[in-house]
Amino acid sequence: MSMPTSPNAPRLIIIGNGMVGHHLVEQLIACGAPRDYAITVFGEERHIAYDRVHLSEYFSGRDADSLALASADDYAAHGIDLRLHDTVTAIDRNANEVVTESGRHPYDRLVLATGSYPFVPPIPGNDREKCLVYRTLDDLDAIREAAEDATTGVVVGGGLLGLEAANALRGLNLDTAVVEFAPRLMPMQVDAEGGALLREKIEALGVQVLTDRATQRIEAGETSFHRMVFQDDKMLETDLIVFSAGIRPRDQLARDCALEIGERGGVVIDDRCLTSDPAILAVGEVALWNQSIFGLVAPGYQMAKVAAATLTEGNATFTGADMSTKLKLLGVDVGAIGDAHGDRTPGARTFRYLDELKQEYRKLVVSSDGKKLLGAMLVGDNATYDTLMQYYANGLALPDDPASLILPSSDGAPTLGPDALPDTATLCSCHNVTKGDVCATLDAGALDLASVKDETRASTGCGGCAALLKSVVDHELAARGVEVDQSICEHFAHTRQELYSLVRVEGIKTFSELLEKHGTTTGHGLGSSSAPKLGCDICKPAVASILAACFNEPITDAAHVPLQDTNDTFMANMQKNGTYSVVPRIPGGEITPEKLIVLGEVGKKYGLYTKITGGQRVDLFGAQLHQLPNIWGELIEAGFETGHAYGKATRTVKSCVGSTWCRYGVQDSVGMAIRLEERYKGLRSPHKLKFAVSGCTRECAEAQSKDVGVIATEHGWNLYVCGNGGMRPRHGELFATDLDDAQLIRTIDRFLMFYIRTADRLQRTSVWRENLEGGLDYLKDVVLDDSLGLADELEAQMQHVIDTYECEWANTLSNPEKLKRFRTFVNDSRPDPDIIATEERGQLRPA
Amino acid sequence: MNTATALKSEVAWQTLCSKADLVAHSGVAAWLDGTDTQVALLYLPGRTPEAYAVDNHDPFSNANVIARGIVGDIKGEPVIASPLYKQHFRLSDGVCVEDESVRLHTWEIKIDGDDVMIRA
Repeated sequence: MSMPTSPNAPRLIIIGNGMVGHHLVEQLIACGAPRDYAITVFGEERHIAYDRVHLSEYFSGRDADSLALASADDYAAHGIDLRLHDTVTAIDRNANEVVTESGRHPYDRLVLATGSYPFVPPIPGNDREKCLVYRTLDDLDAIREAAEDATTGVVVGGGLLGLEAANALRGLNLDTAVVEFAPRLMPMQVDAEGGALLREKIEALGVQVLTDRATQRIEAGETSFHRMVFQDDKMLETDLIVFSAGIRPRDQLARDCALEIGERGGVVIDDRCLTSDPAILAVGEVALWNQSIFGLVAPGYQMAKVAAATLTEGNATFTGADMSTKLKLLGVDVGAIGDAHGDRTPGARTFRYLDELKQEYRKLVVSSDGKKLLGAMLVGDNATYDTLMQYYANGLALPDDPASLILPSSDGAPTLGPDALPDTATLCSCHNVTKGDVCATLDAGALDLASVKDETRASTGCGGCAALLKSVVDHELAARGVEVDQSICEHFAHTRQELYSLVRVEGIKTFSELLEKHGTTTGHGLGSSSAPKLGCDICKPAVASILAACFNEPITDAAHVPLQDTNDTFMANMQKNGTYSVVPRIPGGEITPEKLIVLGEVGKKYGLYTKITGGQRVDLFGAQLHQLPNIWGELIEAGFETGHAYGKATRTVKSCVGSTWCRYGVQDSVGMAIRLEERYKGLRSPHKLKFAVSGCTRECAEAQSKDVGVIATEHGWNLYVCGNGGMRPRHGELFATDLDDAQLIRTIDRFLMFYIRTADRLQRTSVWRENLEGGLDYLKDVVLDDSLGLADELEAQMQHVIDTYECEWANTLSNPEKLKRFRTFVNDSRPDPDIIATEERGQLRPA
Repeated sequence: MNTATALKSEVAWQTLCSKADLVAHSGVAAWLDGTDTQVALLYLPGRTPEAYAVDNHDPFSNANVIARGIVGDIKGEPVIASPLYKQHFRLSDGVCVEDESVRLHTWEIKIDGDDVMIRA
């Protein structure tokens, strides 16, 4: 992949491995810089660059690994020397060396990407124990530790970061208050009316909001650890204080080596990100450009791109950045575009729409002639943000009645179609991708959204532009006459979802009927015009799965058996030598000693290799086809049922031991796991389904890596969905909290049936979720709020599957005609002589 | 070629199994009497021909599993998909669709009353 760096290459040192520092590395790699420079990156923290934008998710299930933006291996693969936990203490500009805790390191070029530090107001007592800041993963660990014996927490600062920090404290189950010096929350982004609405919404979440409060001192409390005393001698007691009152550039290294610094801090840079020493560049929140510090990630990324160009003889300049933002803070939408307050342009006019019932506020700031959008402010609903942003960023002429853009959509608000955007329109501000860039990618041959994202990186930063990007790509593909063929295979000009609907609506119960009624009709060569179509190994198993999910007839029935993959046909998993493995169901992983002994005896009797699975079951390998009925006869006799390890179906519900034994457990996780496994066993779906139930937040069952993950809380169950392990791990997302047993089961019923109804074939819940238009919010609307009016139907469909459950192996063993299928040879009773085993570690395995 | 033709003229129809042993739209495996060869028998009622016999040995996995694949058609040509690595083999001549240099041996078969006859 990467070319080796020449031994005499100039040395480039980057100080700082935050989001912008990391983006610079990515940009340098993209420019091929690792060939020209020997690159060393110093990071003060223990962690490689991570996603600070989503830091509060650290308390709602994500860990350092999942927040990481890269791995050390990624750096090493490009020959970049990454030195974490090694703080730079000085820059020696005379010797061209940086000094770190580990020694002195020569440089030819140097980049400062040291970022910023949280501003802690100079309040007496601000250095007390349990007075913390919110910036790094270590800060969050400290907050978590301090929260362990706390019940209340205060965030000082009601801006963007303050509300993020408040969200984090709520995630730790603290009674949370926000103390803001200004008369309203988010004074930079919203006006008085917007601020009042924002406050109302945040208070409704149980967060106390105190504005106009200047803290005079912090002292020991009476009922809590701290007491905060305000200007009017009013007081507030709390166990924990987090300061989040703005940021300051980390420019000490630059000050110490006499680089030019702004009056109020920040390393002065020019349009090419060069500091007053042309060997040294600065990017991100430490850099001061045109008297401004940019405290958002998108401008930092733009600086990183410019710096990479400057270092590689490229040609790019930083020309300032738009500070428009679209946020979801504590679940509340807030958007600010351009001159949102309307105080930067003389003669600006405003339109305002306030709905106190729905709690939505929208404001437009337009030029005096009403032709151009100068800015906008949104609280409570960001649906119009993308459209307004395009009007603003591209200087598009406003409609005759600009107010129509912010009035409720029932009035027919004109939406700005993708064709109305000029090629210069920026779609993705994180990676600075324009509509023209996207079109160029399509002209170069990209045929779908995924390849456009790969090529341009659009929508891979904050993801805020995902919907817009998709509409542009769809529109442009259509304009190029590209019709995306969604047919499942040559036998049906339908998607899996369409086939599901046809089967359901028309009550079609067999593959042959579906093929006859809805199969493709065009004949293909070779005298086949009269021959009926057969289907294939794509559509047959897919339709078999749909039929099973809808009607749940035994898959071994004559009409269904030719549709199944070999594993479903023989209800066992084919291994590489043609033998099968057998996995009986062990609900929740709980098994009696008697049953364990039976498994051992069966394994011994049939000479099976025995291994424990990841799903808390036992897998018995090496059975030949003709042995399966005998093996299952013995297992069923002992009380086992089939485990569906062979099917695209419910696999296992893994559990930890829970409150019945564990001193930390808060609910009976094994009991719930067994209940869920008994309920959903036999459910067939587009792909396999894995579940887990953990008895407390220590999460020993690893529920967040499952399609359906349940974690016990003091008050019930938290439900996570769409997690995955395997090739592309994905953390499950928190879907609903503190559910009781009945709510939990109802929610899972709906979720699973909605997935089965709408997913593509062989699409796990994780990929389905990532492709679901509207994302998690939409899924919640459908499943929790029943926005499509489907809930009763989904529950009834699930109930049908549950009511018609039958162990497939028990069904087969009682039917001599079905058992005929389990013969290695139809005309001979001998085993397959080509299956040869050898012994290893006391067991048999294929030779 | 000459040898093969000569051999072919010598081979005769023999009964392999009964029609009831076949599974509609799917496959079963059978021993070829007096040889160490396994045959996959595929039964497609309603088509002409209605049955095919191909090698049960999968050249890609070296396992005897072809009879346990899914029968289907690609552009009207009947095929069977290997259950292990999913290559498709044409039932008419045994040629692998994904790699035409690989082919399964094929035999002529017919269903005569209750008997499945193979020419081998």
